[in-house]
Amino acid sequence: MTDLGTRARSAAGNRNAVAVAVLLVLALIYPTIFPTLAKLPVIGDFVPSTDSMVVMIVFTTMAIGLNMVVGYAGLLDLGYVAFYAVGAYTAGWFASQQFDQVSFQFGGVGIVESLPGIHISMWIVLPVAGLLTMLAGIAIGLPTLRLRGDYLAIVTLGFGEIVPQFVRNADSIGGFDLTHGTFGISPIDSLGFGALGAAIGLPESFRQSSERAQWYFWTAVVILLITVFCSVRLRDSRLGRAWIAIREDETAAAAMGIPLMRTKTWAYALGAFFGGVAGAFYASFKGGAFPADFYFNISVFLLCMVILGGMGSVWGVILGGMILGYLNVEGLATIGSKIQQSGIPSFESFDPTKYQFGIYGIIIVVMMLFRPTGLIPERRHKIEMEEGVHDTPFYDVQLEGTLTDRDPSDD
Amino acid sequence: MSDTTAKLKGASVTDLIGLSLVGLLVFWLAVNFVKEPADFINISLIGLTNGTIFGIVALGYTLVYGILQLINFAHGDVFALSGLVASTVIVSVLGLDEASSVAVIIGGLAVTLLVIMTGFALFNASIERIAYKPLRSAPRLAPLITAIGVSFIVQNIGLAIYGVNYQTVPNFIPRTDAIHIGDISYSWSKASVLIIVVPLLLVLSWFVRSTKQGKAMRAVAQDTEASAMMGIDVNRTISVTFLLAGALAGAAGIIYLLQFNMRYDTGFELGLIAFTAAVLGGIGNLTGAVVGALIIGFIQAFNEGLGWLAPGSDWTRSMVFGILILILVFRPEGILGEQTPEGA
Repeated sequence: MTDLGTRARSAAGNRNAVAVAVLLVLALIYPTIFPTLAKLPVIGDFVPSTDSMVVMIVFTTMAIGLNMVVGYAGLLDLGYVAFYAVGAYTAGWFASQQFDQVSFQFGGVGIVESLPGIHISMWIVLPVAGLLTMLAGIAIGLPTLRLRGDYLAIVTLGFGEIVPQFVRNADSIGGFDLTHGTFGISPIDSLGFGALGAAIGLPESFRQSSERAQWYFWTAVVILLITVFCSVRLRDSRLGRAWIAIREDETAAAAMGIPLMRTKTWAYALGAFFGGVAGAFYASFKGGAFPADFYFNISVFLLCMVILGGMGSVWGVILGGMILGYLNVEGLATIGSKIQQSGIPSFESFDPTKYQFGIYGIIIVVMMLFRPTGLIPERRHKIEMEEGVHDTPFYDVQLEGTLTDRDPSDD
Repeated sequence: MSDTTAKLKGASVTDLIGLSLVGLLVFWLAVNFVKEPADFINISLIGLTNGTIFGIVALGYTLVYGILQLINFAHGDVFALSGLVASTVIVSVLGLDEASSVAVIIGGLAVTLLVIMTGFALFNASIERIAYKPLRSAPRLAPLITAIGVSFIVQNIGLAIYGVNYQTVPNFIPRTDAIHIGDISYSWSKASVLIIVVPLLLVLSWFVRSTKQGKAMRAVAQDTEASAMMGIDVNRTISVTFLLAGALAGAAGIIYLLQFNMRYDTGFELGLIAFTAAVLGGIGNLTGAVVGALIIGFIQAFNEGLGWLAPGSDWTRSMVFGILILILVFRPEGILGEQTPEGA
């Protein structure tokens, strides 16, 4: 019996490995096969370009980071955009001309020797951005994590609003220009392999190379892979199991000796880390960090990815992230132009991108009502949703007015 | 003597920090008052007006939270949509303009108030039926997430119908002074806010305190299960609560429209401010919501208007959220709220 179980599980494991390998190969050749795909009849127009793929992967990476907070630990974070902002601005501080009072270069690529400002290699800036964002996560978490559920959501929302307003207004703190106000920081240095890489035929700077999009794409895939790997390993670690215990029943988890504050703070910090890395990478890809990019809707957009895919389920979040990322970057625009061309009366000027957040709202509501566990449910979370949790006694009016506070058969 | 020391020992560090923050705030206000007394009072009157509007929206949040422990994110957007629809009713349907006679304007506004309050009471209750009711037994975050989704949907309904332009109505209520003493002035348009809101608050207070349905609401808020055992129809009570909240949002929409311009996303920011007010006063507490809203109204007006060391309107949102965070950290139960076992 156990044998069968193990064999079935390892077979499933093999299948997963094959699926991952196929996806990896596809990712590797995507920039090459894209022109062919785009020429296909009917579906060709709907194939995302390599540029769009980069953006989709960046947001998916952030969604996986958010999933650690919301999905694993069950802490609703409505201000994840703050972490994105911290990451992007870290890139702006350490790899642009923002601080032109100093001139410091360390491995920055695609810039002239005499350019003022701090220019540290983006390969170093990415993890540094992650670490700084982690600190920001801890700073936000420490005073607020003792709050429960919805109060925490509101406080994180507050931080998500304060951080962008701060970067918008912090162009003169005692006369010091920290964030360059509404104009944002631009240009931010490109990723690249520098002179050393150029010697063996790799592009010195992605942005100046003719294959900019594909190099950014492959880097994004690597970042995504690292994030997914860390996310899966964390979930199965002692820490990850503690998160899930807290999600299921905070009181019971505390009674079993899980230090609530420390465990929750780790969820925040690690979730923030990946948001920061993705934010810094995206800033380098776009070449700038602008305060207008960081608004509440982005937080909800990321949350929507997590919900669509399945809270706590890494593969689900990747699926949800890619679907919504695609709709956001070009899907809705493509669909809109198709509808406009179709000549259906009164739809000539219909533009679905205008209503994208309404569409995400509908997705959220429909998912919560009809499939709250997401497209690819996580097993434990599914059980929680089906059997209910003990943490929140609720009067169940649907079941003919019965009280479903605590079912003795569950204990 | 020994009493004081005992008290000092009893106060924790967080209490001291909190008190010193309040002390600084009072000092800042006092300095500003001494410098420009007339400006200070004029700005206070602006704060009173805005605070009243926040209050009537905040009541909607607090009513629903009291019963369902749900932050009804969509409330702010219901408010905004009601204001937009009211602009259509006033301008296109009733055809009111500045040239209309006083009686026609008052009558027209009363009709609009009635129509919008009824309409949005039903709208809000249907939202509850469709989106929140199926999730009563789900984990607590599920309805909250759904409410965020509903908020975006309602916002986009406004966007689809009215586009991105601001909607406005003619200045029916003259901006001329109702009271004028020295440099201090109080316009009719500001006074109209109080003239509409105060009776509404009195009716609401009477409803919640004295009617059978109001008592049922309070009972359900206190203990859902016990009140169900006592024979209170919980579902009906929840529906009535959403009806009330929707009606209040409708009234707030009209009042706001008479003062300012509105567009589809007005409700997001104002909703957040109103929610902060509700938390400040102690969420679930009706008086608290109004008190909290007035405080926020004053703070906003002082921040944007005072001359000495005021951060200015660029920072309003940060100030409001800063206050929210400080309150949740130092006194999660709010000013008038009761200590709950959950500690918020």
